[in-house]
Amino acid sequence: MNPQNSNTTSANDANSTNPTIRGAEIVIRCLNEEKVKFVFGYPGGAVLHIYDEIYKQNGFKHILVRHEQAAVHAADAYSRATGAVGVALVTSGPGATNAVTGIATAYMDSIPMVIISGQVPVPAIGLDAFQEVDMVGVTRPCVKHNFLVKDVKDIAGTLKKAFYIAATGRPGPVVVDIPKDITAHLAEYIYPKMVEMRSYNPVLKGHSGQIKKAIKLLLEAKRPMIYTGGGLVLGDGSHELVKLARALNYPVTNTLMGLGGYPATDKQFVGMLGMHGSYEANMAMQNCDVLIAVGARFDDRVIGDPKDFLSKQRAIIHIDVDPSSISKRVKVDVPIVGHVQSVLAEMNEALALEKTTNDISAWWKQIDEWRGVESMVYANSDIVIKPQYVIEKLWEVTKGEAYVTSDVGQHQMWAAQYYKFDQPRRWINSGGLGTMGVGLPYAMGCQFADKNAQVACVTGEGSIQMNIQELSTCAQYSLPIKVIMLNNRYLGMVRQWQEFFYENRYSESYMDSLPDFVKLAESYGHVGMKITNPADVEGALKEAFTKKDKFVFMDFITDQDENVFPMIAAGKGLSEMVLKKDNKERHED
Amino acid sequence: MKHIISLLMENEAGALSRVAGLFSARGYNIESLTVAVTEDPTLSRMTIVTAGSDEVIEQIIKQLNKLIDVVKVLDLNDGKYIERELMLVKVKANVNFKDEMKRMCDIFRGRIIDVADNSYTIELTGSCSKLDAFLEAIDKTAILETVRTGASGIGRGDRILKI
Ligand SMILES: Cc1ncc(C[n+]2csc(CCOP(=O)(O)OP(=O)(O)O)c2C)c(N)n1
Ligand SMILES: [Mg+2]
Repeated sequence: MNPQNSNTTSANDANSTNPTIRGAEIVIRCLNEEKVKFVFGYPGGAVLHIYDEIYKQNGFKHILVRHEQAAVHAADAYSRATGAVGVALVTSGPGATNAVTGIATAYMDSIPMVIISGQVPVPAIGLDAFQEVDMVGVTRPCVKHNFLVKDVKDIAGTLKKAFYIAATGRPGPVVVDIPKDITAHLAEYIYPKMVEMRSYNPVLKGHSGQIKKAIKLLLEAKRPMIYTGGGLVLGDGSHELVKLARALNYPVTNTLMGLGGYPATDKQFVGMLGMHGSYEANMAMQNCDVLIAVGARFDDRVIGDPKDFLSKQRAIIHIDVDPSSISKRVKVDVPIVGHVQSVLAEMNEALALEKTTNDISAWWKQIDEWRGVESMVYANSDIVIKPQYVIEKLWEVTKGEAYVTSDVGQHQMWAAQYYKFDQPRRWINSGGLGTMGVGLPYAMGCQFADKNAQVACVTGEGSIQMNIQELSTCAQYSLPIKVIMLNNRYLGMVRQWQEFFYENRYSESYMDSLPDFVKLAESYGHVGMKITNPADVEGALKEAFTKKDKFVFMDFITDQDENVFPMIAAGKGLSEMVLKKDNKERHED
Repeated sequence: MKHIISLLMENEAGALSRVAGLFSARGYNIESLTVAVTEDPTLSRMTIVTAGSDEVIEQIIKQLNKLIDVVKVLDLNDGKYIERELMLVKVKANVNFKDEMKRMCDIFRGRIIDVADNSYTIELTGSCSKLDAFLEAIDKTAILETVRTGASGIGRGDRILKI
């Protein structure tokens, strides 16, 4: 096939008097041009030329992690917290494959990233060379796009494109695989000013006619509902959404990925929806007559069985930057493809001109009745620490302002349910792929993003051990993260499903031979705390957060048998919620 | 329903595997896929024959458009189009069959392009269903081997897929 590339990257006044420099230096110059502040990485043979150039520069800070998976997670969280493109650098072969889980995690949650991987020299490609793996092939299903650079002259143009593709449209990770010899070859350094790709032109502005239709529908609604997801957070549309929701006085729910998109302490907020969402959120979602979905995708953990969802009639407006997200699981009536922020801004302008107002007090009355069910109330105890209580206290002690990262399991759901996020980009978790082990590296990314912020990593004793080696990175860079480990000595979420669906056969879900986490933390120079008494929870949290420059590992010994409620079993519908353990399914009237 | 999708994509290494990978990852069906460079050497044109409900086809088109290397996608079934496939069939050169085979070949406007002691090779072009019909019409026991290119499609008249 013809290697010639017709996508142009226009160079700034290309006078060819520039001196030639090594490919590795070109990589560094490009990253500086993109104003990259942190590169999370791990060295190895194929990227040694690049690391040599890193040694000579100070445009960005390189963060040496302890495992490539953590490098990608940390860069991913840095992006989630700041909105900037996260950058990771790994070597070929095992370095590259170690990065794959991180890349797939970012892909599922649409996080803009550029991952640079080393590759064996071009003449060795395909010969099963030492540390060779077909990175472009391996990552193809879990990247927005990827490139193999085969000529030093293409490095700058490719990196420019990679940053552009990662950050625009529906964002996502882009892998740039660079063979070692290419980083040693010489070329002139010309960084393109802009990218033009005939094959890639993401839509930004929503269709005005569709926006008008949406406004009309919204104003005619009797039982309206606003449902927002991760796309609202990633598209920085939160401010416009709050404006819209307040002007209309309509109820709002957020998905797990969308928490913080609308302030959780606001009276119009009905809580998170979905598998472990609040009763009022799921009931309102099911029974509304006009639904506006913003940067959300009706996935299986949100609406459950689409058949159950569609058994009720409602008109659906869907705003999303990705046309393929629209009408994928649920057919919508008014699709609006565009950047959420600009579409919502246009809606707000149109709404400001409207004279009609819409009184939905009857609907609010119904919602308040559902709220009266108090689906999030749990039985506290003064004997054993309830995990929900720890999160409530964490919220109080941090005044609701912390960056909260989580791992995957029951603790993740409790964090989502009981920490009230009032700001976007504060709740950092792996919603799409559900990757255990993200919590600690995510906290690292957040702390680098905002060095004075309070960063809490809510985790379980199972998940934390999947990237526990990063305690060392945290020591090296003096990161004052607070680990809030809800230690139930179980792979709790697995155990919960085994209790519900496998008649208490707890197959391989017990966590035995745990280390002494206090000693482990201390061995890295961190502070370790073990909390076993409910009365000590608040005091311990306060003490930990006053240690402003210390990494504190808090091992909370929690109730082993606690389950996450409410719950909709996988494959069931929103109307088939279980509120408490002893309750039968609670069907609507 | 069967759909023929035409697309233009950057003529770059790996572009074909992105399309093939998309179909297998999302469980879409591929009946045939053909690809070759166009008169513009930077572009390849692909014809994909697939089947699915309207919703599935809509998703396929959207997902194809989402691939960064894909420049344009057209569902030929949205309008009038022409579809052609090339088939080579090697049949036994049995004396008894000879005239009958020749006659079938004429009816279907095929050509005999190779003659050996024990076999003939017939070349046949047409819509996929015409090629199917030919195979139905001849004596199956005479078939030694067949090879088909998969369909290529093009819109009729003013329906042009170009950038
Ligand atoms: C890498 C990975 N492996 C397996 C799973 C399946 N899984 C989901 S939750 C869970 C248990 C997590 O245990 P823990 O971290 O202790 O959290 P808990 O549920 O007890 O709060 C497991 C094994 C996963 N999500 N990710
Ligand atoms: Mg656990």
